[in-house]
Amino acid sequence: MNDIKKAFENGKAFIPFVTAGDPDLETTEKLLIAMSENGADIIEIGIPFSDPVAEGVVIQEADLRALASGTTTDKIFDMVKRIRPQVKCALAVMTYMNPIFVYGTDKFMAKCKECGISAVIVPDTPFEEKAELAPDCDENGIELISLIAPTSHDRIKTIAKEAQGFVYCVSSLGVTGVRSEITTDIKEMISLVKSVNDIPCAVGFGISTPEQAKKMSESADGVIVGSAIVKLVAEYGRDSVEPVCEYVKSMKDAIR
Amino acid sequence: MSKGKFGIHGGQFVPETLMNAVNELEEAYNKYKNDPEFVAELDKLMREYAGRPSLLYYAEKMTNDLGGAKIYLKREDLNHTGAHKINNCLGQCLLAKKMGKKRVIAETGAGQHGVATATVAALLGLECEIFMGKEDTIRQALNVYRMKLLGAKVHAVETGTMTLKDAVNECMREWTNRVEDTLYVLGSVMGPHPFPTIVRDFQSVIGKEIRQQLMEKEGRLPDTVIACVGGGSNAMGAFYDFINDESVELIGCEAAGLGVDNPKNAATIANGTLGIFHGMKSYFCQNEYGQIAPVYSISAGLDYPGIGPEHANLSDTGRAKYVPVTDEEAVQAFEYLSRTEGVIPAIESSHALAHCMKIAPQMSKDKIIVVNLSGRGDKDVAAIARYRGEDIYE
Repeated sequence: MNDIKKAFENGKAFIPFVTAGDPDLETTEKLLIAMSENGADIIEIGIPFSDPVAEGVVIQEADLRALASGTTTDKIFDMVKRIRPQVKCALAVMTYMNPIFVYGTDKFMAKCKECGISAVIVPDTPFEEKAELAPDCDENGIELISLIAPTSHDRIKTIAKEAQGFVYCVSSLGVTGVRSEITTDIKEMISLVKSVNDIPCAVGFGISTPEQAKKMSESADGVIVGSAIVKLVAEYGRDSVEPVCEYVKSMKDAIR
Repeated sequence: MSKGKFGIHGGQFVPETLMNAVNELEEAYNKYKNDPEFVAELDKLMREYAGRPSLLYYAEKMTNDLGGAKIYLKREDLNHTGAHKINNCLGQCLLAKKMGKKRVIAETGAGQHGVATATVAALLGLECEIFMGKEDTIRQALNVYRMKLLGAKVHAVETGTMTLKDAVNECMREWTNRVEDTLYVLGSVMGPHPFPTIVRDFQSVIGKEIRQQLMEKEGRLPDTVIACVGGGSNAMGAFYDFINDESVELIGCEAAGLGVDNPKNAATIANGTLGIFHGMKSYFCQNEYGQIAPVYSISAGLDYPGIGPEHANLSDTGRAKYVPVTDEEAVQAFEYLSRTEGVIPAIESSHALAHCMKIAPQMSKDKIIVVNLSGRGDKDVAAIARYRGEDIYE
C-alpha cells in the first residue's frame, strides 16, 4: 500500500499545509516532525513561488517571507531528505507550475522520489495541461493530485476518472484563506467523484475551525488546512511549533 | 488536450476554478466572431466611436532628417482614449455583453488599457473594476482619475513589485472569486487560451489597415514594420496581417530599461528563459528556480516580465525579431518626434521609434518603414520631465 492510501486508513485524514522556509527552514523542519507526531496524516509542503495566483494574502506573504529568507527548491529538498525518517506521515509538495518546469520536471519528480515525497499538487495546472507533469510523475511513482472546484460541474467526472492519490475538492470560489462560512454543496461534488472512481476526497480552501473541519468530514475523507496554520507561523515565527501542534491536534481530534 | 498552442508556447495554465470560464469564453468567441450582427456592431463601434480607420501618416520631416528609408507612422494614438487598447476593449466588452455578463475586470500597467476598458464599460453599461499596481498608480495618477471619472473602481495592488504582473495576479484572483457574472478583459496577447488569440484578432485591424492604406499611398507592402512589445498586443496587431508576406520584416522592441546587462530591465526575449506563468508557456524574466524577476522600465506599459506566446513563437521561428531599447533611447525618441513632427508619442511607442531612428539611416530611400505609434504621450509628459530633472506636478 502506498503512503497516500495509508494516510486515509486512520479515520478521516487531516492534511495541514506549511510554506517551506517561513520564517526559515529550521522552523519548517521542526514543524514537519512535530505535526506528524500530533495528528497530521499527510503534510503539504509548500514550495514558495514569487507569484502564487491561487493564494490569498496570508500564503502570498508567507511565500515572500520564505523567498526573502533565501529558501530555494534545492534547500527544501535537502532538508526533507535529511529529516524524512523522523516524519511519521505521508508528504506531498504543493507549488506552482513554473518552479517545477524551470527546475526540470523530470529532475523535480526524481528529487521528490528521493526525498520520500508521495504526491504533488499544482493548482495552476488543470486537467487539460496535465501532460506537462504526468509522464515524469508516473516515471517516479509520484501521484499527481487533481483539483475540482465549485465551478467544475460536468468536468468533475472527467477529472475524477483519471485522478490519483486523492481528489482535492476546492470548497469555495476565490483564493486560499480563512472563511467564516462555506456554502458549496461539497457532498454533491464528492458523490460525483465517487460515482466514477473509488478514491479518497479531501476538502480544502477556507477551513480553519474544528467545527468546520468536523462538518466537512461528514462528507469528505479528509480536511486540508493551509492559511490558518500559516497565520500561526506568521504570528509566532520560530516559536510556532507549539501553537501549531496544539492546533493540528485539535483539528485531528475534531474529525477522528 | 492542451489548447491554444503557438509552437511550444501558450496553453491554459489556470486554476481549475477558472477552466469553465475560459472554455465558456472560447465557445462564445467562436460563436460570435463570424456572426454578421456581432461583426457589424463591432465595426460600427470601431468607426463611429473609436474613430477608425486610424491615419497612416507619412513622417516627411523625420524621413528627410534621418536621410534613409521612408517612414510612416500608424497613428493609433489618434483613436478615442489615445491608444490601440480601445480596439480590444470594444471587442471583448461587446462579447461580455453578448455572454450576459454584468461586470468586467481588467489589469492595467500604464493605465491605457484600464482607461479603455472603463470607457467601453461606461458606453455599454457594464460594471467595471480595474487592478493597477500601486507603483503605477503613482506613475500614472492622471489615468487613475480618468478611470474614476468614467465610473470604474480602481484597486491599487500592493502585493509583489506593485506593477503590471501583480495587477494580472490580482485580476486572476478576483476572477476566481467572482466568475459567474464577470469577464476578465485581458489587455494583451497573453494569459491562458483563448485570450492571446482573441486579443490578437481584435487588434489585427491595425495591420489590415496598414496594408490597405500603404497600397493606396505607395502601391506596395512595407519593407519593415516596427512596434513596441510588453505583452505584445499592439505589435501582434500590426504584425499579424503580414506574417505570410515573407518580404515584410517584423521587429518588436522590448524595454531594456537601464540596459540589457543591468538587472533593471524588462527585455524578455533578450534575457528571459522558457517558463509557465500567467496561464501560458512562454519566455519570462526569472531566476534559476523559476521565481519571476522584478523587472523595470521607464514605461509602465512595457514593465512586464513575460511576452505573449505567439511572439515567443515568432521569435523561435525567426519570423519576427526582437530588439532591446533602453529608457534613454526611448526618451530621446519621445523628444525627437515631439520636436520634429509635432506629435508627442507614448513612452511605450517611443521604444519602437527609437529603433526606427537607428535603422532608417542605414536603409536606402526606396525602402519603407511603418512604425506603429500605439499611443499618445500626454500621460507621460510629467514623468519625462522628472526624468530630465524638472519636478513638475501633473
